[in-house]
Amino acid sequence: MGTTSSEALLICEHCDTVYRRRPLARGDVAQCACCHAVLERHHGLSVNVMLALVMTAMIVFVQANMWPIVTLGLNGQLSGATLWGTIIVMWQQQAQVVAVLAAGTLFFFPLLKMFLLGWLLWFGRLGRRAPGFVPMMVTLHYLQPWTMSEVFVLGALVAIVKAHLYFDVVADPGIYAYAALTLLITIFAGVDLRQLWELTPEGPA
Amino acid sequence: MSAFPRAADLGLIGCHVCKLVISADTPARVDVADELACPRCGSVLHRRKPYSYMRTWALMIAAFLLYIPANVLPIMRTASLNDIDDNTIISGVVELWVKGSPDLAIIVFTASIVVPVLKFLSLGTLLLSSQRGSGWARPQRAKLYRLVEFIGYWSMLDVFVVALLTALVRFGLLSLVEPLPGVIFFGLTVVLTMLASMSFDPRLIWDGRDSDD
Repeated sequence: MGTTSSEALLICEHCDTVYRRRPLARGDVAQCACCHAVLERHHGLSVNVMLALVMTAMIVFVQANMWPIVTLGLNGQLSGATLWGTIIVMWQQQAQVVAVLAAGTLFFFPLLKMFLLGWLLWFGRLGRRAPGFVPMMVTLHYLQPWTMSEVFVLGALVAIVKAHLYFDVVADPGIYAYAALTLLITIFAGVDLRQLWELTPEGPA
Repeated sequence: MSAFPRAADLGLIGCHVCKLVISADTPARVDVADELACPRCGSVLHRRKPYSYMRTWALMIAAFLLYIPANVLPIMRTASLNDIDDNTIISGVVELWVKGSPDLAIIVFTASIVVPVLKFLSLGTLLLSSQRGSGWARPQRAKLYRLVEFIGYWSMLDVFVVALLTALVRFGLLSLVEPLPGVIFFGLTVVLTMLASMSFDPRLIWDGRDSDD
């Protein structure tokens, strides 16, 4: 079962063209000659750096969820909101669908993504496949499009501007933590899962 | 047809999940449902995403049907001592524009109106042209698909804005914001359009008239 020879091949996900893989130098991007989709990018980040980034993201994620995002003031009354406060209010206001969507895309999916990546990288660093490697990698693949922290940051900005028309607005630490989180997520969102598959040899299943 | 070697012609299959390339004559293992499974990750192997046209059409039509109430029904109520104001998506954009944030108004308008409409039109074009086996503007259509995939989830913007304002503006009788059913329809529209663009297989753009499915 020629796994070694087939790892030398690459199929464009967008048009089915077959390529022989070439090692990429720093900054190189392999592009499909047929449909111009990106085939593969060079990754300068080592496993250790990736792991450090994931752990940083976890710490920032805790901050982002702990602190209120924005506080409004009206005649001396103050009202702040955290992510979970927002989710709970939406649930109570007959918008359970929105509450579930927000809880998934802004809390559970990003959290799961970070934990899975952290776990896999921790073992990858030791040159081993983590327990549960295969199902975790498959889960990561399906999670990929469903994390929306960056949309939430833009949403918070719009909400601040809208609220500013009627209230005093104070941006709280939560929003800065979210902005930082967005940056971190963008850095490791580009991780090609293929590299993790190839990083460690296939052990006993 | 293009002059590039294609996996389907060479008897190769790429795993959709882990991207491993497998040659079809040395299939890895056959799972319970009599389907080929990837030797590396165990996912079912397909040459093309299964029932791509059918699923994409179904999800897109469902998304479009939900998009109508999402626009017609109000998404948010702002209540204060002397008045109650129900906002639709478009009236929210107009309010931002009039009250002095035209730049943000444009962002919200793009995310809530332009992106979903663009998605419907683009997916419709891609589906119709691919189903007819058209060779028209293939590279551009491939690019259009990648654009649709990339911008899709930004439409969730307005949903998060309503959620945050609801959580923030809790001043009892003085001022309150409540979500209204429009926002639920809108959230579901976004999810369905994302699922629709995921089930479309861009390889179909490059397949000839004689393709399977």
